[in-house]
Amino acid sequence: MLQVVDLECVRGDRRLFSELSFELLPGELLHLYGHNGSGKTTLMRAICGLIQPTAGEVLWNGESSRKLAEDFTQEVIYVGHKNGIKDDLSGIENLRISCALDGCPISEQQAWDALEEIGLRGQEDLPTQVLSQGQKRRVGLSRLLVHKARLWILDEPFTALDKAAVGFLQSVIRRHIDQGGMVILTTHQEVTLTEGQVKRLQLGWKEEGHV
Amino acid sequence: MFEAYLAILKRDLILAVRRRSDVFTTLFFFVIVVSLFPLGIGPELKTLRLIAPGVVWVAALLASMLALERLFAVDYADGTLEQMLLAPQPLSVLVLGKVTAHWLITGLPLVLMAPLLGLQYDLSIEALKVLLISLLLGTPALSLIGAIGAALTLGLRGGGVLVSLLVLPLCIPVLIFGAGAVEASVSGLGEVGHLYMLGAIVLLALLLAPLATSAALRVSAE
Repeated sequence: MLQVVDLECVRGDRRLFSELSFELLPGELLHLYGHNGSGKTTLMRAICGLIQPTAGEVLWNGESSRKLAEDFTQEVIYVGHKNGIKDDLSGIENLRISCALDGCPISEQQAWDALEEIGLRGQEDLPTQVLSQGQKRRVGLSRLLVHKARLWILDEPFTALDKAAVGFLQSVIRRHIDQGGMVILTTHQEVTLTEGQVKRLQLGWKEEGHV
Repeated sequence: MFEAYLAILKRDLILAVRRRSDVFTTLFFFVIVVSLFPLGIGPELKTLRLIAPGVVWVAALLASMLALERLFAVDYADGTLEQMLLAPQPLSVLVLGKVTAHWLITGLPLVLMAPLLGLQYDLSIEALKVLLISLLLGTPALSLIGAIGAALTLGLRGGGVLVSLLVLPLCIPVLIFGAGAVEASVSGLGEVGHLYMLGAIVLLALLLAPLATSAALRVSAE
């Protein structure tokens, strides 16, 4: 379970949000929304620990995520604006290296399977610099297929993806939720995931965010 | 933990092989700077022997600064640094992997080339041997100390100059004992003391630099 308690972030001299609290249970999806610059990315980066919040803390199963350190980051996968892939390496190499870093090494066959599943059949062993923007995004997202992390933090995961890939990614996210995973997501696209039984958090309307 | 170290090391070595310019820039810079001095000063063997240790060591120091700026900047730009920061591994271990790769790519070729270049200065075989050992001990320390500077200046404009300003003063002890070892050997004083000091510096850097670098990376990447 993820709990965010009285979180406050200040960037420059702007206070993006303060006294922000919410909790996320296994099997829940949190859709963050708000206008550009309202602090969605900052909030996500603060939750996964890339940014030190000005005040407040993030609790994982009741313990501070800072204290848990590696025990927490093991449970989190963060996909940001940057794909986190090397242009000179192939999709296979990129995926295998990032899995090795995440402490769950995969075999070459698993990497081939994952990339084929995400729709890169035939391009798996090309250097990613020759791939299109959307294909690079797919390589970056392929970690989701093989990773065992329970909390997914996805910042605009649908950008640059075509319709088929958006549909596929939604089904992957849906499957993760059904298996008891947690997802925090921002997107400006209307997708079925953001309708119905999801938690929503609006940033930027008032000083305080609320669920 | 060790797998992650190897994964980073292997990745950076593969990247270096696919993009060889970094290796060659550093090496050529070193070769050219060291070769320019005999041409500029003239063929007076006594003078050349005198300045050899200093020239080779200063050139090695400057050459090792060249690729430093890119050490973390590329990872920062493509987002792989974020992954490293969020990996369930001690960041200092990953940093050590990157520094090891950096040394193998930019430091080691330079060490191997040095005895050959030393011939231009009419150094004896004994002195060349000491030069090789002192560089072998000293250049890892340069990479380790340099990594701190590279991490501190990450994401800043004009970071390259700033890295040199930050790092070069910290490298002075390495320079003094490295060049000193060769001089001591040439003058017959015995190089052992200097080499011990170099060894101590490397060990200290090995212990502290990865920790300082990872702390700096966390701040810079915010």
